[in-house]
Amino acid sequence: MMKRKIQTPLTDEVIETLKIGDIVLINGYVYTARDAAHKRLIELIEMDAPLPIPLNGQIIYYVGPTPAPEGKVIGSAGPTTSSRMDPYTPLLLSLGLKGMIGKGKRSKEVKDAIKKYKAVYFLATGGAGAFLSRHIVSVEEIAFSELLAESIKKLLFKDFPAIVAIDCHGGDIFER
Amino acid sequence: MRKISKSEIVKAVKELYTKATVILPQDVSEALKKAYMQEKGIAKEILWQIIENQEIALEDNIPLCQDTGIPVIFIEWGVEVVYEEGEPLDAIYEGVKSATKEGYLRASVVNDPIFERKNTTDNTPCIVHFELKKGDKVKITVAPKGAGSENMSALKMLRPADGLQGVLNFVLDTVKKANGNPCPPIVVGVGVGGNFEIAALLAKKALLRKVGEPNKNPKYAELERKLLEEINSLGIGPMGVGGGVTALAVHIEYYPCHIASLPVAVNIQCHSARHAEVEL
Repeated sequence: MMKRKIQTPLTDEVIETLKIGDIVLINGYVYTARDAAHKRLIELIEMDAPLPIPLNGQIIYYVGPTPAPEGKVIGSAGPTTSSRMDPYTPLLLSLGLKGMIGKGKRSKEVKDAIKKYKAVYFLATGGAGAFLSRHIVSVEEIAFSELLAESIKKLLFKDFPAIVAIDCHGGDIFER
Repeated sequence: MRKISKSEIVKAVKELYTKATVILPQDVSEALKKAYMQEKGIAKEILWQIIENQEIALEDNIPLCQDTGIPVIFIEWGVEVVYEEGEPLDAIYEGVKSATKEGYLRASVVNDPIFERKNTTDNTPCIVHFELKKGDKVKITVAPKGAGSENMSALKMLRPADGLQGVLNFVLDTVKKANGNPCPPIVVGVGVGGNFEIAALLAKKALLRKVGEPNKNPKYAELERKLLEEINSLGIGPMGVGGGVTALAVHIEYYPCHIASLPVAVNIQCHSARHAEVEL
């Protein structure tokens, strides 16, 4: 199957060309965040406090990896269920976030926000954490280290495979 | 009488938990290869990654999935086996802690479900089911269960009048609602009868059966076959992208129940249907 390389941060021009079912290979930096980290980010936004990560044009990967064994930068690192982040996502998209990587459906509110703010939702293969870990070449912990696996990390992707699951034109792979 | 030592149990639990997170049972692996042959397009690409993942996990000696689960441990304890070193549960927890640390597993257990939700950092306390059996052996089964599929599971107390159709509808509805969330292709464990907690336990135990091995009762085997066919005609497919293989198998376990009850539990298992067992 055709696989297209894309680079982070994402631009509107690139996002407009992405259609559901496209397989992309993501390159560049992305940030990890799951439930607990999302809750904290939203609290910071509500307090008008500075965020530990930039949002503009960025991608958040919903993942809580296993610890890296010796000789590896990261352990198993596949996506978690995205719908748990649905309540937080529209606000992040309104502040410039451009992409999310996870698994499973999104809410109507998230889909509407993806269209409105011109963003994209990628599906990565759940349960393929060992396979996906080979496409992560560096890891740096950025914030909330007390959350352990749920802390925010900055990952460098090399040809990380993902499928466009919700595009900015209203397409949704789960509704086909 | 036969004595069993704490160190034997610690070692067995540690090895089983570590092994289960890295190596899939052969029957699961074969069922996934068969699914790969059946699918096309994006669904096939996903199954290719899932199959590759098994090789890489083994090569790099890292878990198949970052969700190394809450360990679910079944202990079948022969009544002729004596244990003289305190609580057997302590030995089981020690094995889990040691596997988590030395096997580089993810700590995924919080101490309090509602208020504190603080990570215990070692995957204990975990879920342990004890059963007494005849004989002088101890059988230990470790099944790490991820939350992605566990969260999509459901239980319903049907009326006896709902009957077979009620059971069919509830299983199908549960799978439909789950969609791509539990990482299909899934294994569907169904527990029917007993009472509230037995139905759920039967559904969990059904997941330990070899993938696709039918129930010994032909009526239940036929029901499993029918449910699998209907689930796979839903079109959910691998990871929910559409396709013909939504489930690898449906396993039903049943038990007698109250004249006024028809409990049904559906426990969904992701494609990484991990478990390992040993007899001591």
